[in-house]
Amino acid sequence: MTSRKDDELDEEIRAHLAMSVRDRIDRGEAAGDAGAAARREFGNVALVKEVTRAMWGRMWLERCVQDLRYAARLLVQHRAFTFVAILSLAVGIGANAALFQVLDAVRLRALPISNPHELLEVRLSSIDGARGSFNSWHPSLTNPIWEAIRDRQQAFSGLFAWGAEQFNLTAGGPVRMISGLWVSGNAFEVLGVRPSYGRLLSGNDDRRGCAAPHAVISHAFWQRELGGSPSAIGRTLTLNGRTAEIIGVTEPRFFGLEVGRTFDVAVPICAEPFIDGGAGRLDVGTHWWLTIMGRVKPGWSRDQATSHLQAISQTLFKTTLPPNYPAVSVEKYLAFQLEAVPADSGISRLRENYQGPLWLLLGTAALVLVMACANLANLLLARASARVREIAVRLSLGASRGRIVFQLLTESLLLATIGAAVGVGWAVVLSRSLVDFLNNAGDEIVLDLGVDWHVLAFAIALAFITCLLFGLAPALRATRVETASMMKGHTRGLTADRERTGIRRALVVSQIALSLLLLAGALLFVQSFRNLVRVNPGFRHDGVLITTLNLRPLGLAPERRNSFRIDLLQRLRAIPGVEAVAAVAITPVSGSSWGNDVWLADDTNRRHTNSLFNRVSAGYFSALRIPLIAGRDFDDARDTSSSTEVAIVNEAFARAAMVGRNPVGATIVVERTPNTPEKSYLVVGLVGDAKYIDLREEIAPTVFLAGWQEPRPSNGIEAVIRSNLQPSELMAAITREAAAVNPEITLTFDVMTEQIQRTLVRERLMATLSGFFGGIATLLATVGLYGVISYTVARRSNEIGVRMALGAARRDIARLILREATLLLAFGVAAGLALSLGLTRLAKTLLFGLEPHDPLTLVTAVLALGVVALAATYFPARRAMNIEPTIALRAE
Amino acid sequence: MSLKSKARYQNRIELLQGTLDLLILQTLQWGPQHGYGIAQAIRAGSSEVFQVDTGSLYPALHRLERQKLISAAWKVSENRQRTRVYRLTSAGRRQLTSQRSKWAQFVDAVAGVLARRRTGEA
Repeated sequence: MTSRKDDELDEEIRAHLAMSVRDRIDRGEAAGDAGAAARREFGNVALVKEVTRAMWGRMWLERCVQDLRYAARLLVQHRAFTFVAILSLAVGIGANAALFQVLDAVRLRALPISNPHELLEVRLSSIDGARGSFNSWHPSLTNPIWEAIRDRQQAFSGLFAWGAEQFNLTAGGPVRMISGLWVSGNAFEVLGVRPSYGRLLSGNDDRRGCAAPHAVISHAFWQRELGGSPSAIGRTLTLNGRTAEIIGVTEPRFFGLEVGRTFDVAVPICAEPFIDGGAGRLDVGTHWWLTIMGRVKPGWSRDQATSHLQAISQTLFKTTLPPNYPAVSVEKYLAFQLEAVPADSGISRLRENYQGPLWLLLGTAALVLVMACANLANLLLARASARVREIAVRLSLGASRGRIVFQLLTESLLLATIGAAVGVGWAVVLSRSLVDFLNNAGDEIVLDLGVDWHVLAFAIALAFITCLLFGLAPALRATRVETASMMKGHTRGLTADRERTGIRRALVVSQIALSLLLLAGALLFVQSFRNLVRVNPGFRHDGVLITTLNLRPLGLAPERRNSFRIDLLQRLRAIPGVEAVAAVAITPVSGSSWGNDVWLADDTNRRHTNSLFNRVSAGYFSALRIPLIAGRDFDDARDTSSSTEVAIVNEAFARAAMVGRNPVGATIVVERTPNTPEKSYLVVGLVGDAKYIDLREEIAPTVFLAGWQEPRPSNGIEAVIRSNLQPSELMAAITREAAAVNPEITLTFDVMTEQIQRTLVRERLMATLSGFFGGIATLLATVGLYGVISYTVARRSNEIGVRMALGAARRDIARLILREATLLLAFGVAAGLALSLGLTRLAKTLLFGLEPHDPLTLVTAVLALGVVALAATYFPARRAMNIEPTIALRAE
Repeated sequence: MSLKSKARYQNRIELLQGTLDLLILQTLQWGPQHGYGIAQAIRAGSSEVFQVDTGSLYPALHRLERQKLISAAWKVSENRQRTRVYRLTSAGRRQLTSQRSKWAQFVDAVAGVLARRRTGEA
């Protein structure tokens, strides 16, 4: 192991001593005295060697290699320890790295475009007062507003608009939806996106009235659907039954502007009326569907851009105020203010929904890693006590303390590095399954989860931090020994060395505290999820299939649509096994909603109630098992477009608008909207309360309008179908029936229970992962407590032997050990409760049906932890009870 | 440390930081020498004032060797003892010249300050 250079140094020093001795003998000293005197004069040989070696410089590296080899040998020797250490580090670092990887992808990374930081979004500082239809989860703007900003602004060197849209790619039968983008002609140019084939859209492709529009497809779509063939250019795509010619493919890295989604095809905004059919929304000031982004001019700050936008806001909204805008909202529309916000990482629904939960989970995972480190520190401390003599010998032979600390840390670093490497491998798998988990939410999530330098840097930093966390204290502690006393090699001590076990007790107490926090958090999320699953929505969704039948390709005249749809539903009712079929505008708990202000016709004060609306056909309430409390259901034959317009209200509406009075027979008035005038309805029925938008909400006042009394009958049906058939059988039967009526009808299906469960993905994620982390935390704390108690029993076996020899009963010994464990547990639980009361508040917005300080949850967590932890002390306590005094006292 | 050895150390002067290098280079100017010889030479040259600590000497020798100011070779002495002998390199010789003039400046400067101090006091 020693190098040639070491041998040479030895020889050099030997020569020095030999010459010194010879000189002394020459001067007349006795041979024996001369040797001793020479050595005394020379000083500590080992120390001189050590400081001389330090001068070699490159030896530093050699020494590291030497340390590494020594550390590796030790790790191989202590396989069980190494395995546990690497496993717990890999689990801890892997979980952290995986969560970080997903967070990095949704939150931290910039869009894959050049100079992303120049990109700003132009938006309303408040959308309060925006009325009409909203096409996007993201607050957006209307086409007239976009055009006005485009023509007036001077702050941006390039400004573009875009909106997301689903297009049906098939010409009939089952629908195949792809992700589309409406883009203004200059969008790709401003973003700096290059074509990987063909050409991209330009200003010339986006001119009002563009029929037969040009389309640009994404690289992924090109590869997937068109085999990456050059002949794709010039081919046409069918989008909602209209054709668009492919002119080019975008570069592979460009996925659009929403993180978590990709686009398949982009078409110019001017093509909207052509593809959607009819008048379109280009001149409609109440259709909010476009997001505006741009690159700010060089030298302009974001604040300057915002002031400029604010300066043009007043005239801009005055000129774009749509006719028929609801009177209550006109003032707000005119007071709209534009602002510029950073858009370097695009927009992301995934980010808005999951950023909070992911940070919370990352925090949880970090705590678990800290606990794993505490356990390792504990194990290393125990090992350090076993190596105390070895270290004392090395110190007395002249090794410096820094040198030994460094060598002990090398061992920890080696462990941490291997743990991190395994952890990163695991993280790749874990982050992918995390995204798969989120994918159950319906919309397909596409995230770039490559291991980039962010993730690697994060893992390396974690490895170093954990190494210091679990390695430094034991290393410092191990080298702080009084050489002389340790060399004597005593292991005897009547009671355990308080100071030495002090750190270990503190570690265990903090582990118990942290695990109580994580356990309480996990229980909160699990209960919250259970509350949501068990919440009574007011309707029965099991056995219900949702189907959407799109009739647009048939080109039915509006006056023919109702009878056509009624006939179609009748055919579906005739399918054997089908119990009920009804049409509905908005299926419950789908996330969509429609709301307006309502007042009673006979109320002179016109007291407004903000109410939700839906439009349903006869049989809807019985299909969903919503009880009819008073009055009657709609009647398809009686409630037609020519009869009195009728409505059914729920109990919440009766409570809010009618102070609990029976509403049947009352007349209600619905406010004017951009598309419909003020209108009166006769209330004919009262139904039970049911959830509308979301399972988490309080049930809101709801008004149901009659299905076939639509002012402009729509071109499709959304139907709920209750049956005892398997969903696949039922889907096949419905597809057959629809094709028999007209093969051009397109259909989509969804199982209602699944649709509702998809709204609970976030809760399920939190319950699953926090439960997992809580379990690991409890396990770690239990192992930690077990370790310390076992160690105490081993250290105190002399004392226990003496006590037993003096007449202590086994029960007393057990009590002694249990008191120790209970004390640690009590301190840990007290600290943990304080932590929980302080920190579970962070989860408040993610909880349903319970408070963060739910006493029952905290008590359950304390009890669970207490039982598990005390069970872990059973074995060491039994060992203590079985100590034979004679053997314990002789063991010296 | 015993009383006797404490007394022995009383007449010694701690070497100023960096002066050991100068002394080593100066000693080697007269010809190649091993570590023990260098220590003896410095002690004798300073009339026993400087006691060279081996814990400083050997690191200094190995450092100077690494800086290529001196070079080392193994030689067998007359009593068949293999010793490591250091000699000055040309870079070491240049270094010695510049360090010597620097040292002279330093001594002059210190002496000047001390002299002025005395006249001031008078």
